[in-house]
Amino acid sequence: MKKSFADLMEIRKRTLNQVNLRVDNDGGTRVVVGMATCGIAAGARPVLKAFSEEVTKRELKDVTVTQTGCIGMCRLEPIVEITVPGQEKVTYVHMTPEKAARVVAEHIVNKQPVKEYTIGAAE
Amino acid sequence: MKELSLHILDIVQNSIKAKAKNITVDIDEDDSADKLTITITDDGCGMSEEFLANVRDPFTTTRTTRKTGMGISLFEAAAKQTGGALDIKSKLGEGTTLTVWFGLSSIDRAPLGDMAGTMVTIIGGAPDIDYIYRHKTGKGEFILDTRELREVLGDVPFNVPDVLNWINGYIEEGLADIS
Repeated sequence: MKKSFADLMEIRKRTLNQVNLRVDNDGGTRVVVGMATCGIAAGARPVLKAFSEEVTKRELKDVTVTQTGCIGMCRLEPIVEITVPGQEKVTYVHMTPEKAARVVAEHIVNKQPVKEYTIGAAE
Repeated sequence: MKELSLHILDIVQNSIKAKAKNITVDIDEDDSADKLTITITDDGCGMSEEFLANVRDPFTTTRTTRKTGMGISLFEAAAKQTGGALDIKSKLGEGTTLTVWFGLSSIDRAPLGDMAGTMVTIIGGAPDIDYIYRHKTGKGEFILDTRELREVLGDVPFNVPDVLNWINGYIEEGLADIS
């Protein structure tokens, strides 16, 4: 069936009914995808999409996926920085949608960073 | 870039950084003239004549961290290799219009690619801006106007996953109708 404005109205009602609609999310996990010329050219758009879809699919409520500009290491793009509360920030490089799914499962859900994808392993 | 839609994603970031409140992305696939024209218009801060004169140069940027800005020069190169061209008009305090056209049937033209993905990434990344996405082909026209969506959604922001998902599907269906 085709998407209609009536569906959008349903989404509105459903969203407003969720008690914990996140306006801001200071306490949660942050996923930041570099989305400048270098990141976009290297494939950041499908990586961002994969993180968003995976977080939605797993219904992770305290995770925000956001974008930023050029992080400064263009040759390592797509770069994704993940901050889990209480842990040090982890920088992932040369990301792909497939790697994103594994990072969500192991790092964001199980709190175990995927070391082989990090900048420390690449450099 | 592998897709023209990736250039659009990149160039619209400039409009967002220029503090635009309204951004229009216009795509016109004109078979009879064998032209694919992309126009991006914003009401952001605009550029001075001096900056505008040098903006296609990859060593011109507003960035202070590094001295290179590749976005516009890459877009222009992609157009030129199909026999096309890129033009920018801008006025300080009024905004910027970037027009770029490609040889529609040129074998050197990258495919337009995932426009729904580009628009959803833009809207999700800067949900407070209003966007018009207009896409014309020989078969018809598709228009997405986020002001209409805002009327339906009320206080619910665009960057809610369900909303972005709806927008993605709405664009994909709309484009399928005119392709």
